Amino acid sequence: MKEHVYDTVYLSEEDFTEGRVLFETWVPKARYAWDAGIAIGRYLAELKQGRLVGRHCPSCGRVMIPPRMFCEQCFAPTDLWVPLQDTGTVITFSICYIRWDMVRLEHPLIPAVIAIDGASPGMGILHLLGEVDPQVVRIGMRVRAVWKPPEEREGAITDIRYFKPLE
Amino acid sequence: MGRNRVAIVGAGMTKFVRRAQETGKEQAWEAASKALESCEMTLDDIDAVVIGSAPEAFDGLHMKTEYLSDGCGGWGKPVIRGFVGGGTGVFSAIQGWYHIASGLFDTVLVVAEEKMSSCQPHPQGAFITIFDHTTERPLGPNLLWIFALEMNAYMTRYGLSKRDIALVSVKNKRNAADHPAALLGDPHITVEDVLNSEVLAWPVQRLDVSPVTDGAVAIVMAAEHVARRVTSKPVWVEGVGWNLDTAYWTNRDLSYPTYVEEAARMAYKMAGITEPRKQIHIAEPYDPFDYKELHHLEGLLLFDEGKAAEATALGITQRDGDLPVCPSGGLLGVGNPIAAAALMKVAELFWQLRGEAGARQVPGQPKRGVAQAWGDLMQVSTVIVLGV
Ligand SMILES: [Zn+2]
Repeated sequence: MKEHVYDTVYLSEEDFTEGRVLFETWVPKARYAWDAGIAIGRYLAELKQGRLVGRHCPSCGRVMIPPRMFCEQCFAPTDLWVPLQDTGTVITFSICYIRWDMVRLEHPLIPAVIAIDGASPGMGILHLLGEVDPQVVRIGMRVRAVWKPPEEREGAITDIRYFKPLE
Repeated sequence: MGRNRVAIVGAGMTKFVRRAQETGKEQAWEAASKALESCEMTLDDIDAVVIGSAPEAFDGLHMKTEYLSDGCGGWGKPVIRGFVGGGTGVFSAIQGWYHIASGLFDTVLVVAEEKMSSCQPHPQGAFITIFDHTTERPLGPNLLWIFALEMNAYMTRYGLSKRDIALVSVKNKRNAADHPAALLGDPHITVEDVLNSEVLAWPVQRLDVSPVTDGAVAIVMAAEHVARRVTSKPVWVEGVGWNLDTAYWTNRDLSYPTYVEEAARMAYKMAGITEPRKQIHIAEPYDPFDYKELHHLEGLLLFDEGKAAEATALGITQRDGDLPVCPSGGLLGVGNPIAAAALMKVAELFWQLRGEAGARQVPGQPKRGVAQAWGDLMQVSTVIVLGV
């Protein structure tokens, strides 16, 4: 099938640095102000108070975090705010040595999905782990939120600095 | 339901490269003209055009469909572009299928194009915006996180080692050495090479990942009466399926892709497949990362949960094994220009089922194959079953 392949022109980094090809650059300056919404708006307000909350579905009975005003499975409105603990269990994690633009990090980040106590089984959120040796992190590890002091909180997911091991 | 029978009658592609001098529009034309030439058709013979391409953010231009359309042969024709993230390439073939199966058109040119290299300093920057803007992006995520988190969940659930999974990368990069359009074919790569490559986001290492790529692929699809006229070897679309899971990805069991199974069941039902392990002879599952091939083979019901790695170690998924998997070399070897990569898998089945895959030809005259793609926030799967 070689005859069905068009032999595209391949460029190397030097073709650009040495000016052998012409190109155009542009830096977008788009700005957005996102509404947090009804469910996440309340979630952020509770974070500012140092609390995690979930939302209950009267149809399937799930207590869900992140909270939502409708259950995507039952396609029906949720009805109750449920206070949750700020502890949980690591469902999965990574040890990340690079930034989004592939720049190397001196100290790796440990992103994790953490199932929050008080929500239905498997209901996790994305966050970071801290105060822990990357080599000892494991799936199933019990963790607790480390909150910013109240005066520094701004109603954001980063009001929790990270989660650290309970033990 | 009355559906018209649809065949693929031609295919063509560009060479996959790290950075092409061609614009996306020029790449699209190169692939489209190769596909038309392969079945001795011209644009006059084409009723409608389907375009597959990933987010505008890669290219930095909005209305990408309209921009690409001239290169895709869309001038003066009904044109549509579907988009389901990484699942787009197979989905564009599915769209081509229902354009014809519905009876609306007799011939469709399907063109999938991607130019990832324009996005500076790295196309990862465009991927960050898939995370929730309020609950996730403030944590500083990058795209590798979701793969690393899913890979770790999968490995831990089934007790798999990095070595078990690295075998997939070795197989596919070796297979790609026989593909004339491949970016990363390497006949000599070893498991040690993969295990010793740079750790990016553990458990993901550099050689576990497919490369940033520019490229385009095109196929020509036709209704039965046209297909029989233009070729003696039509490759029939026997089944299609697609499925989307919730965007609340942190609430899901990441160790098993239920949405892949749902999409596969839809396609198998349409194709009359009751025992996929016996009735499917070649698989081209989506392999942007090595563990994804295993994950998807299980979702496609071709191996039991957690057992695809064992089958790989036994050689079952080699080109001359009982179930050849990614004989093309896949995304890991041929390259990963998002939408084009998955349509490349459909084109590979087309060539394999016609016995035209050259050095990559799977032995034993395979009669049926499945191609699958995956994407969005780890939540969509698109599946197509082809047969002769
Ligand atoms: Zn519900």
